[in-house]
Amino acid sequence: MLEPTPGSGGVVVTETPGTEELEFDEAGRRLRRVLLRPLTIVVLVAVLLLIVLAVLGPRLAPYDPITPDPLHEFLGPSWQHPMGTDDLGRDVLSRIMAGTRYSLLAVVIVLSLALTLGTLVGSIAGYAGGLVDEVLMRVTDIVLAFPGFILALALAAALGPSLVNGMLAIAAIWWPTYARLVRGQVLSVKENQYVEAARALGVSSRQVVRRHILPNSFAPVLVQLSLDMGAVLVTAASLSFIGLGAQLPTPEWGLMVSTDAPNILTAWWQSTFPGLAIFVTALIFNLGGDLLQEIFLRDARSAV
Amino acid sequence: MLAFVIRRLGFLVIVVIGVSMLTFAMSHLVPADPARLLLGKTATPAQITQIRRGLGLDQPVPVQYLIYMDHLLHGDFGQSISSRRPVLSDFLDYFPATVELTLYAMLMALVVGIPLGVLSAVWRGGWLDHFTRVTSLFGVSIPLFWLGLLFQLIFFGWLHILPSDSRLDGNVAAPHHITGMYTVDSLLTANWPALFSSLDHVLLPAATLAFATLATVIRVTRSSMIEALGKDYIRTARAKGVARWRVNVRHALRNALIPTITLVGLQFGNLLGGAFLVEIVFSWPGIGFYSVQAIRNFDYAAIMGITIIVAIAYTVINLVVDLLYAVLDPRITYA
Repeated sequence: MLEPTPGSGGVVVTETPGTEELEFDEAGRRLRRVLLRPLTIVVLVAVLLLIVLAVLGPRLAPYDPITPDPLHEFLGPSWQHPMGTDDLGRDVLSRIMAGTRYSLLAVVIVLSLALTLGTLVGSIAGYAGGLVDEVLMRVTDIVLAFPGFILALALAAALGPSLVNGMLAIAAIWWPTYARLVRGQVLSVKENQYVEAARALGVSSRQVVRRHILPNSFAPVLVQLSLDMGAVLVTAASLSFIGLGAQLPTPEWGLMVSTDAPNILTAWWQSTFPGLAIFVTALIFNLGGDLLQEIFLRDARSAV
Repeated sequence: MLAFVIRRLGFLVIVVIGVSMLTFAMSHLVPADPARLLLGKTATPAQITQIRRGLGLDQPVPVQYLIYMDHLLHGDFGQSISSRRPVLSDFLDYFPATVELTLYAMLMALVVGIPLGVLSAVWRGGWLDHFTRVTSLFGVSIPLFWLGLLFQLIFFGWLHILPSDSRLDGNVAAPHHITGMYTVDSLLTANWPALFSSLDHVLLPAATLAFATLATVIRVTRSSMIEALGKDYIRTARAKGVARWRVNVRHALRNALIPTITLVGLQFGNLLGGAFLVEIVFSWPGIGFYSVQAIRNFDYAAIMGITIIVAIAYTVINLVVDLLYAVLDPRITYA
């Protein structure tokens, strides 16, 4: 997270409010200011904890998250089972811990796919211009013409219900955002003198895009990624809730809420805690996104 | 203006063609053979071949697409395999419930969101502003299906004050069908028991769905209000000695509301997606409920039919909103 702020040299940059111009020296100073806040530390610790749970979750879980235990069905929260047990007698806390990886995996995979495809389409459209640009942008228009979630639903249904297909479906509705973002960046960076100089020196188009244009698009893309993490998490959980994501007995959070929903009135803990896990994780991601936005975008304070 | 409308209509055609290609491609991704689904497990190979020919499935793919397009243009969006009715008729039966739910959700989001947005702009940096910021953060992070369950648990399970599912109490008959929206129909026919019952039932699902758009309403209202308050004419009004609330309401708010109104249209797609989740949780018989039943029954024809109808409806609504925007704000001219 600290990587994208090279140096911190004391160059004074005069503020020009109202622009989204990115200045790394400015960003460095804001980074230090933001880092000192208690909220930032809470977010950082929470993200670390999530990563640890994603990697070691099933091993750290106090009980077996998959195998049914008919002797302990529907137990309310207690010292032995802080979040109670579900209809098959499994410890809800253990299932939540073991399920962390599916949610984080969904976020990472969906955003990597969306970013890769979006960057490819956006940089080609922005750099080539003309007819290519026009066609590619109309394609993004068509994808965006759907209410996103419903398109993802239809796609996931067509591909067949599974965790991987759910991720593919979400990535398929998410990439146009990145295509447009990268295209905009390419268009604005393209006019810079150093790009023209590189081109005049005979550097190939692909090299210009890769060496000069994409690195300069880094900060806004990073901010967008961090802002999207929470939304992707909730969307993936929603697909699973409908039955188009992870399948039983995977301890995926959205699926847990769904299978336990009929028991909400008799055993409230069963779906309340997995849902809480989704909510808290999304909240952490969104807070992180806000902080990154504050570091990288000049007028974040007035915009948010 | 006319040129703008024509251009937008042209765009509408492109989008509809693109959308139809997408749904066509998706129905070809489907692992199941539609003929087999239609006939059930006892079908003989001869019957299957016959149905496949009837559906045009023996033709090359481009021809199949043209057949598909031809059907679409004639208002034929396919036939549901489980209800054995045209998807469009099913859609028209279920859609009013979704519209009703969505409208109440939007209304709630606006009633809560606009004042919060305005006040947090006026008292920028104050405690209300912080409260609002936290509210929108919660709003974007909360999974709707979970929020719906929590509401059921609290208001139905623990407090016993609101019903948890369906559109009416069991002992109340549905009002005479006019619009298909129960609250509107019962009001129009002066059917008070049905009106109260249907209002009772729409409250929790609509409150849940309102969270799908509340954060956006707050954010847009707040930032456009801040922008409006920074304008010269506000300074002039203040300098003239116009009362503070009057400047805020008559001068700033009136201009600041325009983006919020546009948002109402644009958020429709968002609300529609959320409605799918909310309708399942509350057994609300709208198109989301219908579609998820279709998904569970592997009724692909219904899923794809609904998808394309929704996409067309959404594009048309966006067009209408764009036009309304121009009517509302005379400063905007579409060359």
